[in-house]
Amino acid sequence: MAELEPISADEVRHVARLARLALTDDEVERFTEQLGSILGHAADIAALDVASIPPTAHPFGLVNVLRDDVVTASLDRDEVLSQAPKVIEERFGVPRIASEAP
Amino acid sequence: MSVVGLAATIRSGERTAREVTESALASIERDDASLHAFVDVQIDQALARADSIDAAVARGDDPGVLAGVPLALKDNLCQHGEVTSCASRILEGWRPPYDATVVTKLRAAGVVVVGKTNMDEFAMGSSTENSAFGPTRNPRDPSRVPGGSSGGSAAAVAASMVPLSLGSDTGGSIRQPAALCGVVGVKPTYGLVSRFGLVAFASSLDQIGPFATTVADAAVLLEVIAGHDPMDSTSLPEEAPSLVAHLDDGVEGLTVGLCTDLLDGCDAEVVSAVRRAADVLAAQGAAIVEIAIPELRFGLSAYYLLAPAEASSNLARYDGVRYGVRVEASDVEAMNVATRTAGFGDEVKRRIMLGTYALSAGYFDAYYGQAQRTRTLIIEAFDRAYGQVDLLLGATTPTTAFELGAKIDDPMAMYLSDVCTIPSNLAGHPAMSVPFAQGADGLPIGVQLLGPGRSEERLFRAASVLEAGASS
Repeated sequence: MAELEPISADEVRHVARLARLALTDDEVERFTEQLGSILGHAADIAALDVASIPPTAHPFGLVNVLRDDVVTASLDRDEVLSQAPKVIEERFGVPRIASEAP
Repeated sequence: MSVVGLAATIRSGERTAREVTESALASIERDDASLHAFVDVQIDQALARADSIDAAVARGDDPGVLAGVPLALKDNLCQHGEVTSCASRILEGWRPPYDATVVTKLRAAGVVVVGKTNMDEFAMGSSTENSAFGPTRNPRDPSRVPGGSSGGSAAAVAASMVPLSLGSDTGGSIRQPAALCGVVGVKPTYGLVSRFGLVAFASSLDQIGPFATTVADAAVLLEVIAGHDPMDSTSLPEEAPSLVAHLDDGVEGLTVGLCTDLLDGCDAEVVSAVRRAADVLAAQGAAIVEIAIPELRFGLSAYYLLAPAEASSNLARYDGVRYGVRVEASDVEAMNVATRTAGFGDEVKRRIMLGTYALSAGYFDAYYGQAQRTRTLIIEAFDRAYGQVDLLLGATTPTTAFELGAKIDDPMAMYLSDVCTIPSNLAGHPAMSVPFAQGADGLPIGVQLLGPGRSEERLFRAASVLEAGASS
């Protein structure tokens, strides 16, 4: 495994944008240092030769758990909507996504 | 008195559930202003629930094995209509439209839920200092942290506010606070307890488990909450194990591995406690062998890539649309950003960014892929060890409880307090912390028992022996 470059401030800004987080310049500086320290610790596993070992995503490998295709009660719509920050016409309300037609 | 004994006095009409509940609520009222173990106390609901149990007893119905026993729930367990915030501003005031499966099972057993306990925000932390609502203090010494992330649940039991509580353990979040507060804490086999209604942090690692003052009480509670649930696709397809019936079976004939890699870097008094625990097991007929599993030391790095990666995906759902708070802005993306920036604390942001980075183009193989392969390496190393021994014994935490503020500005130092607990989560194995000794400062020291998947019966047998031989 090749030596990994430390995470840069620009990369921190990039992942913050991907994760929909806004950071101040001070936060960028602090998080760059902290994430660098955590990722630096991962140098120990970066050095391992595990290319021939399969990855584990689930400890017991259960897959495709299916239930019988029967109708069951679902959540009450009004109750679910009662917890939403904004409701418009019995739907979740969000700011306009598309502009008015020309 | 055991929780089953307490319930028996209520089922027989000797005491009322109302008296017991009022006593728990009075204890919370008296002690929680200084400890802050609870983020929400459900006074009216708990009393109404207690009255319904007393009414059932009066009618001649059986309200269950834990009838009238007060219990506290970690704030990441959904209760229908009750505030469930994960100690985060982003979910402040959220009232779930359904119950977690464990909550349904607790009700069927007659438990009285008295409130929600404080935690590190979204279970990310090892001290409960990452709560958006302020830290919890350790009942054994209020200048110290209770551990985390289930610090409120551990403190509530340690302070005798409630005899039982539930927490969740993703990398040690039940066992570490149990050790630091001097109570029993169990992380069950992955899939033994349904995760339905547990707010997700790292789904391949998260597991709900009990806190109690005794091994026997923890066993009863685990029997109540375990078992297959069709609502959780990772739920093991089997019934709850029988634990209580085997608590006194002893350790004669068991081989226990004293794992040197779960002692490395631990304080001398912790190492000494673990070695004395091995002597207690040996005196009761267990064969003790020293065993090295050097691969376990890679668990920390693997965990702090895998858990944030899963978290970055799970926490993408907090977008200000369907639940929780919203910070309004001119367009959808700006609203998402404003909401998440205001709603998440620093540790959650750190982990989301770390996970996003580990999963991003160019770094996926180097970080996430490498961590997943390391996870396999650790599982294979455990499997080889369990070919030679029935259980492993080691430290739960490298030190006793540390001072509030001691590690809050150094994430890597905080993460290192999970070094002994993380490997079991990566493998999906059960493990538990049993209070065993006191350090020089009078603070509790827990020892950790680890076993292969589905070995809870064996773990509890050994834990009972350690409890009987404990010097704390």
